[in-house]
Amino acid sequence: MSHVNESYDVVVIGAGHAGCEAALASARMGLNTICFTVSMDSVALMPCNPNIGGSSKGHLVRELDALGGQMGINIDHTFIQSKMLNSSKGPAVHSLRAQADKSAYSLRMRKTMQDTDNLTLRQAEVTELLIENNKVVGVKTLSGATYNCKAAVICTGTYLRARCLYGDVIEHTGPNGLKAANHLTQSLLDNNVEMNRFKTGTPARIDSRSIDYSKMEIQLGDNPVIPFSFSTDPKDVQIEQVPCYLTYTNEQTHEIIRANLDRSPMYSGVIEGTGPRYCPSIEDKVVRFSDKDRHQLFVEPEGLNTNEMYIGGMSSSMPEDVQYAMYRTVPGLENCKIVRNAYAIEYDCINATQLKASLEFKNIDGLFAAGQFNGSSGYEEAAAQGLVAGINAALKLLNKEPMILDRSNSYIGVLIDDLVTKETKEPYRMMTSRAEYRLLLRQDNADIRLSKIGFEVGLLPKERYDHVVEKERLIEEEVSRIKQINIGARKEVQELLESYGSIPLSNGIKLVDLIRRPELDYDKLAPLDPERPELSDEVREEVNIYIKYEGYLTRQAKQVAQFKKLESKVLPQDINYEDVSSLRIEAAQKLSKLRPANIGQASRISGVSPADISVLLVYLETYKSKKNS
Amino acid sequence: MYHSDTICAIATSMNSSGIGIIRVSGEESISIVDSIFRGKDRLCNCQSHTIQYGHIYDGNQLVDEVLVLIMKSPRSYTTEDVIEIHCHGGILVLKKVLSLLVKKGARIAEPGEFTKRAFLNGRIDLSEAESIMDLISSSSELAMKNSVKQLSGSLNKIIVDLREKILYETAYIESALDDPEHYDLSDYPDSLKVKVEDMIFIVDDLINSFNSGHILKEGINTLILGKPNAGKSSLLNTLSRRERAIVTDIPGTTRDTLEEQITINGVSLNIIDTAGIRETDDVVEKIGVDKALDSIDDADLILFVIDSSRPLDDNDEFIISKILDKKVIILLNKSDLSSVINEEDICKKYDKSVISFSSVSLDGLKTLEATITDMFFSGQVKSDDTLYITNSRQAGCLSNAKTSLLNVLNSIENMMPEDFFSIDLMDAYNFLGEITGETIEDDLANKIFAEFCMGK
Repeated sequence: MSHVNESYDVVVIGAGHAGCEAALASARMGLNTICFTVSMDSVALMPCNPNIGGSSKGHLVRELDALGGQMGINIDHTFIQSKMLNSSKGPAVHSLRAQADKSAYSLRMRKTMQDTDNLTLRQAEVTELLIENNKVVGVKTLSGATYNCKAAVICTGTYLRARCLYGDVIEHTGPNGLKAANHLTQSLLDNNVEMNRFKTGTPARIDSRSIDYSKMEIQLGDNPVIPFSFSTDPKDVQIEQVPCYLTYTNEQTHEIIRANLDRSPMYSGVIEGTGPRYCPSIEDKVVRFSDKDRHQLFVEPEGLNTNEMYIGGMSSSMPEDVQYAMYRTVPGLENCKIVRNAYAIEYDCINATQLKASLEFKNIDGLFAAGQFNGSSGYEEAAAQGLVAGINAALKLLNKEPMILDRSNSYIGVLIDDLVTKETKEPYRMMTSRAEYRLLLRQDNADIRLSKIGFEVGLLPKERYDHVVEKERLIEEEVSRIKQINIGARKEVQELLESYGSIPLSNGIKLVDLIRRPELDYDKLAPLDPERPELSDEVREEVNIYIKYEGYLTRQAKQVAQFKKLESKVLPQDINYEDVSSLRIEAAQKLSKLRPANIGQASRISGVSPADISVLLVYLETYKSKKNS
Repeated sequence: MYHSDTICAIATSMNSSGIGIIRVSGEESISIVDSIFRGKDRLCNCQSHTIQYGHIYDGNQLVDEVLVLIMKSPRSYTTEDVIEIHCHGGILVLKKVLSLLVKKGARIAEPGEFTKRAFLNGRIDLSEAESIMDLISSSSELAMKNSVKQLSGSLNKIIVDLREKILYETAYIESALDDPEHYDLSDYPDSLKVKVEDMIFIVDDLINSFNSGHILKEGINTLILGKPNAGKSSLLNTLSRRERAIVTDIPGTTRDTLEEQITINGVSLNIIDTAGIRETDDVVEKIGVDKALDSIDDADLILFVIDSSRPLDDNDEFIISKILDKKVIILLNKSDLSSVINEEDICKKYDKSVISFSSVSLDGLKTLEATITDMFFSGQVKSDDTLYITNSRQAGCLSNAKTSLLNVLNSIENMMPEDFFSIDLMDAYNFLGEITGETIEDDLANKIFAEFCMGK
């Protein structure tokens, strides 16, 4: 029995990517916050791939940054290579991805946490939630110490009852041999939380000195580098970058894998958890895509202070000897030395439909959850949720309305709506195709979309918000100025058009119509527009996108207006759906279980038909009038 | 207010001639009707609650002379802007006007939708809520049943296959966007263009079939019944004026039901020829006979063919006993041969219209056609218009799907980035899904994971 008993406003359980953002947000919003970690050396650990961002994940980081989160700033200081993916495609799918120096990333985040007022970082395993009358009042640690709190955020990542597997080796640890958290699951079950078990995996790390890079393709970063954070000065990120490499598996690799499938815990049935289809182990790839004679592998540095190289594309839970054999079939890896084995990891998580869009549990007041614990995967997905949960825990204690992001204003909104509305059967990864209004939700305009919200909840500093307001004003002014301009078929015009392979004019034309030509853009036509004011890169980019894709953008804006109408129809939480006789039984059951917040969310629940929604709309009217009378 | 999209429907029942009313409701109802109406003033400049005289045009082609009634929001049944178009030209014209409205951006109303809007916008007393909810759920179910019932297996398969193709292409594009270092889109737009052109070709084919009515089993469901060799198939051939049924003098030649769409004086009939009804031990023939009897329930009108050269027998009596409560025209066929049956006797006995008829001499054909048209215009028989509504909704979905596919082509031609293609492709996919009643359940994500090898 311990005598230790401290009190905080907010307890954050876990200091991974979700936990760090949650704790920082809460503390920065003025709440006295404590963040628990099983190891002070694993704060913001990147136990799998050594990068931040990537397709759609880069959007999440940008959005998080616009709201006042830390991930974007942290990677801008610790990246060792950076690329804008999809830069030849439409602006909506441009996405930043940076290679991180993992230990630098982790250390810098720890320092930031420790330098933040109101924030205590504490190494201890939380074993029990203290809940009274369906309200969280504190947590207990392994030593028996109690910490009273008014709100708690669970960010346990992959640590709950974790076990790591390869071949017939099973270790009951979290990632990288770190201590697993074996007690909290029981406390959750005792409080009627519905648990799932998921699985994921990671490839081997290989000693750089044992790799023959001459047999691989070199992959360099962009020049110039674009920073993640809107607050980072682009001049500060033009660093000397480190290369990555590309190589491939081959038939010989696949043959070894096929011959040893029975020794993989995945295929022998030892693994119980559900793994992600989008991030399959090499065993899965060989079995499921048997027509492919090779698979891509990306060889990426883990940091500047280690010689470990991450073999992206070849995660596995094969026994150690098979791992050696299969990696050594790969060109460049013939003599490779493994530093850390590949392994699969299983962990407990929840069915996130038990949460509201604020990430608070529907049935436990003051208890929030974020990250892989909610059934997602990825550092960025975790961080985004952590930020939202941290902000909402703080807002709750400040007696303010929760911050709800929706599908029409952010990828974070899409991510959370999917998690809390659809029953996720595998670790959930963000993808651009999941965002139906993605033309509006670009990484370039995340600040315009979200800074106001970040500022209003009290997280984003005023000067950053003011900067965005000014940026918006300049964009609007410039767009309306450009729309007035007509261009005649003068000689200099024709010459400029010809120089870009564009058809010369036969008559006068609006400047916007020229900008819309695929081979031209706003910047290229500057010589024809002498009145043009001097504008920053970021403003010119927005003006160009706005004019070039105006038709599509307007179309999606209309769809959003329609979407908002349904989202604004709030469904009272005390509706008894079983009483609404015209609902089909399946719909009534699903609605009772999920208790959607509004008609829009109800319409996205599988098993609820458009006719059920019509019935609900009518029911809602009678319900309101009964309440009023 | 609840919805902002604009809905339209034929408000009068689909049987009488005289005036037919089309009702349009929603934010854009005035501008949509304005785009097909030519009168003294544009409707947007007219006062609320006035009637305007003018004409409906399809481009430059005159469709009908109409009166248009304007009721501006909130002073209307639904409290939205409502337009009523009073047409004069009968059912075909009504349908034409309705399809013009759909082309201009209105959507065919869901069952009970006008009432629902009126209710949601506070026009209808709350005590009606229960019955409105029942109406919505029961009529939606009926519409869905109809929709599925109407889609023949082969048509369904065409749409399912087409959706599969669209989904595959979208998944390919999305995989390349999610994993750009793995999947390459160079040269892809050219190959997609060819594929989308093929898709449009298929959709066009479907639209044509819908328009020409080979799929639309609309019109008055007219069943030809009679014992074997009474001359049912000859009647069908006479009415449709071509050899559709194989006619022999061997009893029991028609073993399955045959269907034919015909139009008599503007009235559309869906004529179903059936196997001759008699006691039989022949398994195949028995199936035909049972099918014929089963069709009686769905029939709007029955043409009961009696061979007047032979006396009435048990088979005739059996048939009559099955159709006593239906609308029936009795045809005393083979009037060119010597008759053993008295027209007046039959008249008295069954209290049904009786016509003496010959498929050979065409005696009685004019009378038959006139009787059918009379019955229709006097409202004695009417077609089941839920079918028509389902059909127009499906046709609307097809045309929307086509527009989305054309947008894809347009984006390809304008060299838009690839991610724009998948937006319109998914729209087309969803429109086609509405026809077959599929709901969206993360199909795209599943397809990406199933077909394309992603990830680290």
